[in-house]
Amino acid sequence: MANTYETTEGEIPKPQTKIIWRTFWILLIVTALEFLVAFTLPAEYRTLKILIFVGMTIVKAFYIVGEFMHLKHEVKSLIWSILIPTIFVVWLITALLVEGGS
Amino acid sequence: MASTSASVEQSKKTSAWFGGVRPMDASYGKLMMWFFLLSDAFSFSGLLIAYGLIRFEHPAYTGSPADFVASDAYWPIPEKIYNAFPFFHGIDLPLVFVGLMTFILIMSSVTMVLAVEAGHRKDRKDVEKWMLWTILGGITFLGCQAWEWTHFIVGTDEGATRTVWNYISNSWETTTIYGANLRVNEYGPAPFANLFFFITGFHGFHVFSGVLLNILIFHNAAFGVYEKRGHYEMVEKVGLYWHFVDLVWVFVFTFFYLV
Repeated sequence: MANTYETTEGEIPKPQTKIIWRTFWILLIVTALEFLVAFTLPAEYRTLKILIFVGMTIVKAFYIVGEFMHLKHEVKSLIWSILIPTIFVVWLITALLVEGGS
Repeated sequence: MASTSASVEQSKKTSAWFGGVRPMDASYGKLMMWFFLLSDAFSFSGLLIAYGLIRFEHPAYTGSPADFVASDAYWPIPEKIYNAFPFFHGIDLPLVFVGLMTFILIMSSVTMVLAVEAGHRKDRKDVEKWMLWTILGGITFLGCQAWEWTHFIVGTDEGATRTVWNYISNSWETTTIYGANLRVNEYGPAPFANLFFFITGFHGFHVFSGVLLNILIFHNAAFGVYEKRGHYEMVEKVGLYWHFVDLVWVFVFTFFYLV
């Protein structure tokens, strides 16, 4: 077994990690920005703060699902099979916000 | 007869409904992992939306954050509650520990993609290495969560004065309470602690399951199971689960700790 490994080792291609690390830096920088917003924006701008946080969370979700989970590079029918059902979540949030009178 | 069966064979090959083709260009196992994760996303959405609903049922704290005092009359500001860090007792470090936990989980997500990438290249040594780092990240995160829970349950040195129902004497009584349980806590209204336990607990249980799955994958990779099989797709499937756990934490982090 160890022998076979030795002989195939030469055929193993070099790692392709450029996009992975780029995604990591994006996630890290967005998280750092979230902290910055949390502690520098005064409490009066609460709505703006929440909007920024939600926006940044969606950006992070896009990179995790798209790059790390590779969904961006799957076929269209798979992408939509996963994304379209999440409409129900959006619907629930919208319905509760409207009905709750917020 | 022979020509009929040949034409049936032909139509089977060309139609998406007779098998033999993969319209989504992904294996059965991978698709099922995706659909499981979709259903799991609904569970977490339900919990987080319930958090929002219950939170906005309670009055918000309206004063300035500098003179915030915990009370069960309004929902607390998270940064004033989650401000402890191990070995820095009594020092106000808002959200620093949660930030560290976020970093650890994102980092372990990165090592997981690196393991998947190594699997594509059928590089057994690299798969083992990156799986080990991922397991280490997961265990570290769980350790952090154990510390956070302990701190949350035990509470601060000062505690808080609350009027609670005494079930023994069947009367209200005013006492100093420390930390949190499901009935009363020193940070805010009772649902605040309940939702903390349920949401971070449900997520932590996912991390725990993920660590177990990662150990299984590492074991199989180390014993050459995937090398014999000729592909490392199992690393990919469990990788999907692990990234999902990271994804959920991103949302928990925003809606639980930042907002």
